[in-house]
Amino acid sequence: MEGIGIWGVPLAIFAGAIRVSTPFIFVSLGESITERSGRINLGLEGTLVFGAMTAYAIAVMSGSPWLGVLAAMATGAVFGLIHGWICKFPKVNDIAIGIAMMQFGLGLAFFLGKPFIQPVAPHLPSIALGGWSDLPQIQSALNINVLFIIGALLAVALWWAFKNTRIGLILRVVGDSSDAARAMGLNPDTVRLLATAVGGSLAAVGGAYLSLYYPGSWNEGISSGQGLMAVALVIFARWNPIGCFLAALLFGGAGALGPALQSVGVTQGYYLFYAAPYVLTLVILVATSSPTRSLGGAPGTLSITK
Amino acid sequence: MTKLLPMNRRSFLQTTVSGAAAIGFAPSLFSTPAAAQAALTVGFIYVGPKDDYGYNQAHAEGAAVIKAMSGVTVVEEENVPETVDVQKTMESMINLDGASLVFPTSFGYFDPHMLAMAEKYPDVQFRHCGGLWQEGKNPMNTGSYFGYIGQGQYLNGITAGYASKSKKIGFVAAKPIPQVLQNINSFLLGARSVDPAITCQVIFTGEWSLAVKEAEATNALIDQGADVITCHVDSPKVVVETAAGRGAFVCGYHANQSPLAPDKYLTGAEWAWGNVYTKFVTEAQAGTPLGNFVRGGLKDGFVKMSPLGPGVSEEARKTFDATLAEMMAGSFSVFKGPIKDNKGGDAVTAGQTLAEDAIELESMAYLVEGVVGSTS
Amino acid sequence: MTIEMNTPTLSPVSVDARSFSSVLEWLARRAESVAISLGAILAGLALFSIFITVVGKSPIDLFKLMYTGGFGSWFSIQNSLSRAAPLLLTALCVALPARLGLVIIGGEGAVVLGGVAAAAAALPLTGLVSPIIVLPVMAIAGMIMGGLWIGMAGVLRHYRGVNETIASLLMAYIAIALMNHFIEGPLRDPASLNKPSTAPLPADYMLGSIPGMDVNWGLVIGIVACIVSWILIEATSFGFAARIAGGNVRAAQIQGLPVGRLIVGFTALAGSFAGLAGMVEVAAVQGSANASLAAGYGYTGILVAFLARHNPLAIIPVAILLGGIDASGGLIQRRLGLPDATVLVLQGTLFVVILFCETFYGRFKIFNPDLWKRSA
Repeated sequence: MEGIGIWGVPLAIFAGAIRVSTPFIFVSLGESITERSGRINLGLEGTLVFGAMTAYAIAVMSGSPWLGVLAAMATGAVFGLIHGWICKFPKVNDIAIGIAMMQFGLGLAFFLGKPFIQPVAPHLPSIALGGWSDLPQIQSALNINVLFIIGALLAVALWWAFKNTRIGLILRVVGDSSDAARAMGLNPDTVRLLATAVGGSLAAVGGAYLSLYYPGSWNEGISSGQGLMAVALVIFARWNPIGCFLAALLFGGAGALGPALQSVGVTQGYYLFYAAPYVLTLVILVATSSPTRSLGGAPGTLSITK
Repeated sequence: MTKLLPMNRRSFLQTTVSGAAAIGFAPSLFSTPAAAQAALTVGFIYVGPKDDYGYNQAHAEGAAVIKAMSGVTVVEEENVPETVDVQKTMESMINLDGASLVFPTSFGYFDPHMLAMAEKYPDVQFRHCGGLWQEGKNPMNTGSYFGYIGQGQYLNGITAGYASKSKKIGFVAAKPIPQVLQNINSFLLGARSVDPAITCQVIFTGEWSLAVKEAEATNALIDQGADVITCHVDSPKVVVETAAGRGAFVCGYHANQSPLAPDKYLTGAEWAWGNVYTKFVTEAQAGTPLGNFVRGGLKDGFVKMSPLGPGVSEEARKTFDATLAEMMAGSFSVFKGPIKDNKGGDAVTAGQTLAEDAIELESMAYLVEGVVGSTS
Repeated sequence: MTIEMNTPTLSPVSVDARSFSSVLEWLARRAESVAISLGAILAGLALFSIFITVVGKSPIDLFKLMYTGGFGSWFSIQNSLSRAAPLLLTALCVALPARLGLVIIGGEGAVVLGGVAAAAAALPLTGLVSPIIVLPVMAIAGMIMGGLWIGMAGVLRHYRGVNETIASLLMAYIAIALMNHFIEGPLRDPASLNKPSTAPLPADYMLGSIPGMDVNWGLVIGIVACIVSWILIEATSFGFAARIAGGNVRAAQIQGLPVGRLIVGFTALAGSFAGLAGMVEVAAVQGSANASLAAGYGYTGILVAFLARHNPLAIIPVAILLGGIDASGGLIQRRLGLPDATVLVLQGTLFVVILFCETFYGRFKIFNPDLWKRSA
């Protein structure tokens, strides 16, 4: 394979955006559903890691990565249900429960995941979209995992559904005012319970992507905080699913900058390049925020934006 | 269980041990009276999970060898950070388990953590993996052991040199520290012994264990044309699987990763800590003083090579075997001058030959000519 | 971000101490919170027992070991206190802004940069001036650095409307990158070969242990900081204003309270405590700034603060409880052969239950102060 020199940098950013972003996409889409119902689940890092472990373990045992993804979704939903059920009680703080659930999810995943560090699980398939190019680098960059495509479609579908469907309306009403929801005959607790469960199950898919595709391995260091970061990206994206998708791409692409620059010989101060995704997100956040108007699109009952 | 009150260490220890026995713990400690007489409790502390397919697993495999020895009880703790935690872990092993020989296996455990505990517990022996111990400066109940694994990386480089078609090889490294730089340089020099046109691209991830970044680094290297990859990170699993998945050959490090990529795995430089730990424990049981500065390479059985994979050509195998034989005979040096560094300066001057135990190698701060990368 | 605040607790300091009924009310609330906390801990332990039984171990053995490892002896108590010490300061970094309704989760950033700043401040002074001057200089440097870092999140929040939770989290990652950059670049001691660090603090400049104890001064510093913070919140007009603003920012602004100054002041103070934790880590444990500073104390502090319901005094017992669980983790690994993650599972279970039990406040008639007053 021939090297592609400086063109490796934009290619790496593009390929990195696709490779690295998928966990952020799923976690932030899931969290956008939960937050739109007026709850915040800060514990999705735990759900993500538990999902990664479950998916890997089931894939090892059954030989089917897709069964692994389904199992991860089921466990993610259970984590979401626990969070949603506990938080319906008065005086319970959803942020605090999220942090405790994160600890619980991480602990349980590491505890039960010990026997699965050594075995090798079958990977999720990818679709080769780069056949038109002669360059193996481009072929590899366009080897796109099915979950990424599902994530992209899901982002559009959610964006549409939030605006145009009855479920979207219910979420918005519950998220904006519990009293208004009750007046419409909706039970806000039930809606939030389900929204948290769906959010958890999507977050777990993000974990399954980590363990079954990229980097495609189960160990205790598999996540470097993707779950926590993705929750922050939801606020960054103003609860807009398309925004979540784009924010995840931006974050993934910026993360690829460090290794790519080193690979073409820009080697000084690499730690600072590695901080690029965080610096970039912070800069955009500062540039787009304003002290005078509240966050557009913020659900009214969400404790995080009051 | 006896109520434990503040008391002196000796009586405290007795109480705890008998208390533990009374409620059914530590059965192996008291399994046979004969074993109890020569009983030696050995503590192992790991910085990461002990089945990481890498650094910690290599040590845990060594500890498993000790476990099989009679009269030896092994106590282990994993995921212990290099903070006050590791000090307390050592102390807990000494106070609560009666450990009299402790192996804190992570490099960062030495100063100040192990040194502080060694001063506090002069009757306990501490041996640290890394090679920092200095006579006259550090206490005599402490010591260092380390292996010259650079020769293993040189052998990795030979197989890489034969396997590479693009004449570009890649190295995923954690941090630009002497041990890592020596491995990178050895890997390239091995490859250049086959073909002097080969270059090695290095990417530093900045952390000892960071799965996604290691995968990204591997992909970036392959995108730039590297077709043989090796690494120096705590757990090479991700690098090996990612590289093999992209169709590149890989050389392993720390432990044998060939089950992860049977077709693409050329060979690997592995630790053989079982031999080292056996030596220490045998000395401790016999009551002879333990070595304070224990080092060795391939010929001493401290380091070993993974079995050669199917990607290694017959020609490569011959060179590999011949070089290995020279190393086993003790007549081989990786760093033979003249060697330039990659900034054009002299790394090793003409006529200078650095043996594997040369002190200059311990403070290596350069990358040799042909390595693309920077040390800071 | 606003978190649901409990009604400001009345304390004998802030109300007329002569008022008998207010003392009763205070007592009733204390009794309620002690009873609910204990009940929650018992329920959490019961749930965890089920888990341990399911994985085939005896919960009784486990709890005995936890007692032995965490609090069963003077050694174990010191072990727990050592681990609790840094959490006192990092929990304050969360608890203080929480009084204003802000959720800061990036204390880790202030810890690591505080440590680097303290080490850098000591560099030109060691050997020239006495430790009595150097240590306070280090502490001030750490506090200023940490205060600037988290105070920045407060500034961004108030003057730019940036969500402080995300900002502080992003800044924590940036801080760790900066720390690594400095200790491997400009501030690196060339002698720190394989463990990049700043120049080591000479032994006589180290912040030693509390006399008669094997716990460093960080514990005392942490406890004093908790008490000072409690007084600040409960007994000063600054704290009173913060409580009003925390309940309702708009109302506070209408009343003419300096909300901006409160937000910046509280976040800066909070950050300075986390920065102080970094300084203690350098001056009392590591002896230099190195990558071990990022040991997760900032993140564990979040948990401690929420469990303590952001009450600075309650942080003390919660941190010690957490330290104790941590301290016993090693013994559980070594004696029962359970993975290190057992401790995480226990913490998770316990904390979910404890936080869930917040819902029982005000639900039990027996703790209703009116009932007490009537019977009195």
